Amino acid sequence: MTITSPTTQGRPAAGAAGAGKTVALFSTCANDVMFPQAPMATTQLLERLGCRVVFPKKQTCCGQPLVNTGYYDETVPIVRNFAETFAEYDYVVAPSGSCVGAVRHQHQMLADHAGDAGLRRVVDGVVARTYDISEFLIDVLGVEDVGAYFPHVVTYHPTCHSMRVAHVGDRPMRLLQAVRGITIRDLPDADRCCGFGGTFSLKNPDVSVAMAADKARNVASTGAEYLVAGDNLCLLNISGVLRRQHSGILPIHIAEVLASTEEAS
Amino acid sequence: MSKATQVPVRRAGHTDLESTRRTPAPPAGDLIDSPRFPVQAKVELGNPVQRKNLHHAMTTIRAKRTKVAAELDNWEDLRLAGEAIKNRTLRHLDQYLVQLEESLTAAGTTVHWARDAQEANAIIVGLVNEALGDAEGDAREVVKVKSMATQEIDMNEALEEAGIAAWETDLAELIVQLGHDRPSHILVPAIHRNRSEVREIFLEEMGRYGRPAPEGLDTEPANLAGAARLHLREKFLRAKVAISGANFAVAETGTLVVVESEGNGRMCLTLAETLISVVGIEKVLPTVEDLEVFLQLLPRSSTGERMNPYTSLWTGPTAGDGPQTMHVVLIDNGRTKVLSDPKGREALRCIRCSACINVCPVYEKVGGHAYGSVYPGPIGSVLTPQLRGVTSPVDASLPYASTLCGACFDVCPVRIPLPDLLVHMRHKVVEGKKAKAEADGLKGLLHPHAEPAIMKATAQVLSSPKLWAAATAAGSLGGKALKGRVAKFGPLPWPLSKWTNARDVPIPPTESFRAWYARTHHEDGSLK
Amino acid sequence: MSTSEAREAILSRIRTALADVPGVPAAEDTPVPWTYGQPRVLDDVIDRFEDRVVDYRAGFERCSASDLPNRVVAALRAHGVTSTVLPAGLDAAVVDAVAGAGLAVSRDDPPLSRQQLDATGAVVTTCATAAAETGTIMMDHGPGQGRRALSLVPDVHLCIVRADQVATDVPEAVARIAGAVRDQRPITWISGGSATSDIELSRVEGVHGPRTLHVLLVEG
Repeated sequence: MTITSPTTQGRPAAGAAGAGKTVALFSTCANDVMFPQAPMATTQLLERLGCRVVFPKKQTCCGQPLVNTGYYDETVPIVRNFAETFAEYDYVVAPSGSCVGAVRHQHQMLADHAGDAGLRRVVDGVVARTYDISEFLIDVLGVEDVGAYFPHVVTYHPTCHSMRVAHVGDRPMRLLQAVRGITIRDLPDADRCCGFGGTFSLKNPDVSVAMAADKARNVASTGAEYLVAGDNLCLLNISGVLRRQHSGILPIHIAEVLASTEEAS
Repeated sequence: MSKATQVPVRRAGHTDLESTRRTPAPPAGDLIDSPRFPVQAKVELGNPVQRKNLHHAMTTIRAKRTKVAAELDNWEDLRLAGEAIKNRTLRHLDQYLVQLEESLTAAGTTVHWARDAQEANAIIVGLVNEALGDAEGDAREVVKVKSMATQEIDMNEALEEAGIAAWETDLAELIVQLGHDRPSHILVPAIHRNRSEVREIFLEEMGRYGRPAPEGLDTEPANLAGAARLHLREKFLRAKVAISGANFAVAETGTLVVVESEGNGRMCLTLAETLISVVGIEKVLPTVEDLEVFLQLLPRSSTGERMNPYTSLWTGPTAGDGPQTMHVVLIDNGRTKVLSDPKGREALRCIRCSACINVCPVYEKVGGHAYGSVYPGPIGSVLTPQLRGVTSPVDASLPYASTLCGACFDVCPVRIPLPDLLVHMRHKVVEGKKAKAEADGLKGLLHPHAEPAIMKATAQVLSSPKLWAAATAAGSLGGKALKGRVAKFGPLPWPLSKWTNARDVPIPPTESFRAWYARTHHEDGSLK
Repeated sequence: MSTSEAREAILSRIRTALADVPGVPAAEDTPVPWTYGQPRVLDDVIDRFEDRVVDYRAGFERCSASDLPNRVVAALRAHGVTSTVLPAGLDAAVVDAVAGAGLAVSRDDPPLSRQQLDATGAVVTTCATAAAETGTIMMDHGPGQGRRALSLVPDVHLCIVRADQVATDVPEAVARIAGAVRDQRPITWISGGSATSDIELSRVEGVHGPRTLHVLLVEG
């Protein structure tokens, strides 16, 4: 891993696209506890681009695991906490297409489910200002070349929720293509689901594993050193199978690739 | 549930009935009594032949659909139009049905209404008996056009019980029927079978029910189709009564539309003397011109062709051409229940194209039999629990038979928000569980259902910044304690064993993100 | 059980289910963002039609009106046909040519039995309209087209399409054929020969309908 520490991080990129912008980082609950490298990399990347990155401590989760299991009532307080935590910020940025997708696609429905018009108003505002890191870089900061250096062979898995819920489109690929030193190999059947599906992997473990095995086979066929994606739980799922097969292909969040610099490597 | 590894073994329990039956016996039992999805899915996953067949077929059909949908530069406009037309008819369904009834009647077709399967089957049996008059023996038969509505009401078995043989004439349906099997897909029902299996079924079974398969039949699909042509032609040429469904019913004119490939539909619709069409009430379209939208959307989404080989439109009997007696049976069978849920009713837009099934990664792994319904895949997982309710174990498990990957919505020609509806149905399942726990009262408290309790506890932590902060601190201890000892977790105890049986899990990090941030940053974002 | 009782029950269930829908006309409640009957922009309509028909592995040839009778006979011979059914209303020159070539001709008058039709080698028909983009022939079973069984049971179908009958795509073709639907005529759309992909999704041409479709496009 080639993440720079805050004290030794690279210079802000030319033009300091993020200068004057304060970003509220939504680390996501899974990243906070299980994959801190991704929000760390996001922080360092945004700081390198001139942003001030704050981490509102009240944040917990987007609520997706509960909504997607059918627990609406239980999720409403989580949505309320999210909305209140991030209401005052102009930019809420997360290293997860899936969690951003959940905020964007489900929080309004849940505010309506609660019959809370006031919450709905707050949610409307927050939803409009919540971005996946790839969207924030390209749409708000207007940069594709973030000054990253990653001299490795990678393949990119466009996670389902990044693609079809958050609709990040080709932004991650454009960012990766601008990374110096990188070699990107096409992933066969890239748009097929890896079989994670949140509680699906526990409720339908056998189908989930069969799907993950297909994905792992396709990843292995690329000969890449790293499997890149914008969602760590999908990476956990796929790399779990890859590890079991001793494939040697390492999972890495796209933010970690983009945060890597020549100075640090 | 049938199995595809070996060729059809007659189901135990049907052997005794076989001698009195007119048609091959399907597998025993009702679909609604099927095991929960994960249980049957595991069984199906253990069938490598089926998995190979499905992978090949679904990959092929997906590629075809993608290609022909991309050919039309106004494909997304067509989808929006399809969605809007269906919404219009569903939101004013009573008006359009009354109009359809008037038009059908004016065109010389007799209209019947059936609230449920039993009522529909009683009407159909009555009509067939009337049409067959005093015909006896082999002549007490009908030929069928492939129809999801008739499958849904299990019409063939109702006719069988009334001593009437219903012959499936679609090639795949014939394979399924002769194989004592159940369909596993709404468009290509025998897709779980490969050519060798089809050959075995034809050689073994055709002769029992009509013209035998030619001697020396090989596994070439063209020759297998040729055997079906010969076997069925004698049935077509003598058929007095045909039963069809309808892909569309035009309210304005009373026109019914059947979309097909093989010509078996045309044989039934043209050669019989009496035609009975079983039509779900959601099949209605306002005008003839609406067909220009759906007859572009359906074939491209369904078989991945620019147009299916044959489409028949008819508006009552035509003197000197085709059946002179026509009936339409309009069936509800749960549809009004679906309609009563403003969110759930979006599923009624479905035109049964199967694009969502073909693109579903879960379906591709397990096939249609795991779904315990005539409607498998994403649409089945939202429609079946709405039509039948969420009380049976299989119905309550269906909304969870998806990773919510969203591929289904992208291909749906009428833009049914399938992932949202799957979540919506999960919510209904949960509400059902909670209501049951409450109804159980003290018993419910003593034996709480595990999942609601776990979810409630999780939600309490996730909606409380303090509890969550504490949890993250506790969680990162795990990594610290293990630091340097192991690089990954192997098998973990249940329920995490469901994960670790096939996957390794890395050890948790030694420091949570929030701990790192607090160590390196001030609250205002400046660096320490 | 009374079907009218079921009717009332179903309509009542629907009205209850739709309580949330405002009581305004359907078209106002749910606008449809679509302009009907629009032609598709194609470089050459007939070329596109040919491309699509051939893609279904159906036969396709172009000819002039004067050459049509000879081409019909040649196509029938090429498919080894010895007996034909030629529906009422078919061009007399075509009928004369087929009969003159020594092929058996039935005019379906009185109507052939199903068995007689099954023993007939080919049918020659015209059509009502066609759609280039999908390679679809649309019949309304008017003069020259015969009742539906005629173009279904014989194994070879020769279909004569005039160039001016070919619409660009389905919307334009539906607009042309809508009148026949409203006149309660039966309509058949034919796109290539009968086919199935039911076995391993392997496409097989020819199941129950004619295994051979041959289109004669008459220009000028």
